[in-house]
Amino acid sequence: MSEIKEIIMHSDKIHTDEYLVNMGPQHPSTHGVLRLLVRLEGEIVHNIQPHVGYIHSGIEKMCEAISYPQVIHLTDRMDYLSAHMNNEAVALCIENALQVEVPERVKYIRTIMDELSRLASHQLWWCVMGMDLGALTTFFYGLRDREHILDIFEETCGARMTLNYSVPGGVMFDIHPNFQKRVKDFIKEFRKKLPEYDELLTGNVIFQERTKNIGYLSLEDAIAWGVTGPSGRGSGFSCDVRKHQPYSAYPLVQFEEKLDTKGDTFTRYRLRIEEMHESLHIIEQLIDNIPEGDFAVKMKGVVKLPEGEFYQRVETARGEFGVYIVSDGKKNPYRVKFRSPGFSNLFALNKMAAGHKIADLVAIMSTLDLVIPDIDR
Amino acid sequence: MNALFQYISTVFKGIGTLLTGMKITGKYVFTPWKHVTQQYPENRETLKMFDRFRGEVIMTHSENNEHLCTGCGICEINCPNGSIEIISKMELTEEGKKKRAIDQHIYHLGMCTFCNLCIKACPTGAIVMGQNFEHAVWDRSKLTKVLNQPGSKIAQGVKE
Repeated sequence: MSEIKEIIMHSDKIHTDEYLVNMGPQHPSTHGVLRLLVRLEGEIVHNIQPHVGYIHSGIEKMCEAISYPQVIHLTDRMDYLSAHMNNEAVALCIENALQVEVPERVKYIRTIMDELSRLASHQLWWCVMGMDLGALTTFFYGLRDREHILDIFEETCGARMTLNYSVPGGVMFDIHPNFQKRVKDFIKEFRKKLPEYDELLTGNVIFQERTKNIGYLSLEDAIAWGVTGPSGRGSGFSCDVRKHQPYSAYPLVQFEEKLDTKGDTFTRYRLRIEEMHESLHIIEQLIDNIPEGDFAVKMKGVVKLPEGEFYQRVETARGEFGVYIVSDGKKNPYRVKFRSPGFSNLFALNKMAAGHKIADLVAIMSTLDLVIPDIDR
Repeated sequence: MNALFQYISTVFKGIGTLLTGMKITGKYVFTPWKHVTQQYPENRETLKMFDRFRGEVIMTHSENNEHLCTGCGICEINCPNGSIEIISKMELTEEGKKKRAIDQHIYHLGMCTFCNLCIKACPTGAIVMGQNFEHAVWDRSKLTKVLNQPGSKIAQGVKE
């Protein structure tokens, strides 16, 4: 309340035709505890001020007290939908610092797991996007297909979401004997299901009316606010880390970075659907050619990084995720900083939604694909 | 006039696309065998989790009530959030030497994040992940468990 008072006190004159509304922290379409202080004139949004920190868990500070291999399991809890990419980012950062070369098999497994996570994340995003706009059916269809990926994860990694699968020097277990068969079955099945997604939602006139020419984000704003991932690529910002700084097995595969310059909500939606096709294409290239070999290199019992600063970035389902580790040569990191994509994407919301109706704000927020623990961490 | 025509055509197009969506829904109504839903509490008898599923940390015991834990405490060091406490004791071996042995392997289930680091670090393979996932209890203190069974002792020939 004090902030609202402050805004009124410090404004030059009191706008009697404007009022301030708290959207959240308990609002179904914010997908978590996120509070948006919205300045409204009737139904039209004038300004949005996001307030974050309701579920701040201090993960960066906690990392300073635990050893390097233990840091990885905390990154599961940030962006829980891209858990494997987060794990991989920390593992890659530690491997780069120690100059450990991981076996080819590990690179292949990690890339396949990355793309499976991306698919699972986009499926959940798609079904929730439909639900936000009032189409409950999509919610069940998306979750139904996601269940197959979660089964694959559970069989190989032992957990459905908090995988903790990448460890420094490799992966925790070798892939399960059923893994390749299951993934191939899933791809075959999901190739049939993806057109259903388009039929159900993309082609729907009501959906198109609500998303086309809504929430425009220009290329300049996307770069200025650091909007990455499909949200940034929808504005023509070529920011795919998989293309520009390839890691793991990405240099070995053929795929396209989907770009569009329209920058509206529908474009961001369409790019994510296209990314699902690309992910399937990447997995198909790798799944039959997983080389034989070890699934991890032997690391020392106590992992100690040399003194210095290390940075590694990966592409998660939401955008660019960065890990910055400062080491003083001890077994615990001196400082860990995570660059989470959700945080940067959220603050571009004001640029996109100002001038639109409050119902459009829900649609715009949905295409940003926010995960609140990723923002607050 | 043109605007009116466009408006009416959009309404009909909207109904058309709604029916396209309804067609898919209808297809699944009449093909219920394609569903993936499990009837969870009813299928408890047949429900089998995957081998690697991480439900809880358990200590395996043989028929003679023997385990493999030497009480070295490596799992305790590797646990990121202090869910494992090792209370060890000194035992006299047959040759009259003093040897460290496990007294109580305490496991706080409520603090565990199921990261699998303790199991990976265990040099003798004494602890493994169990498949049980129904952990709800009425009292929080019940989540603190002693993993080694009462009266159990270390199997012969296990070295640190």
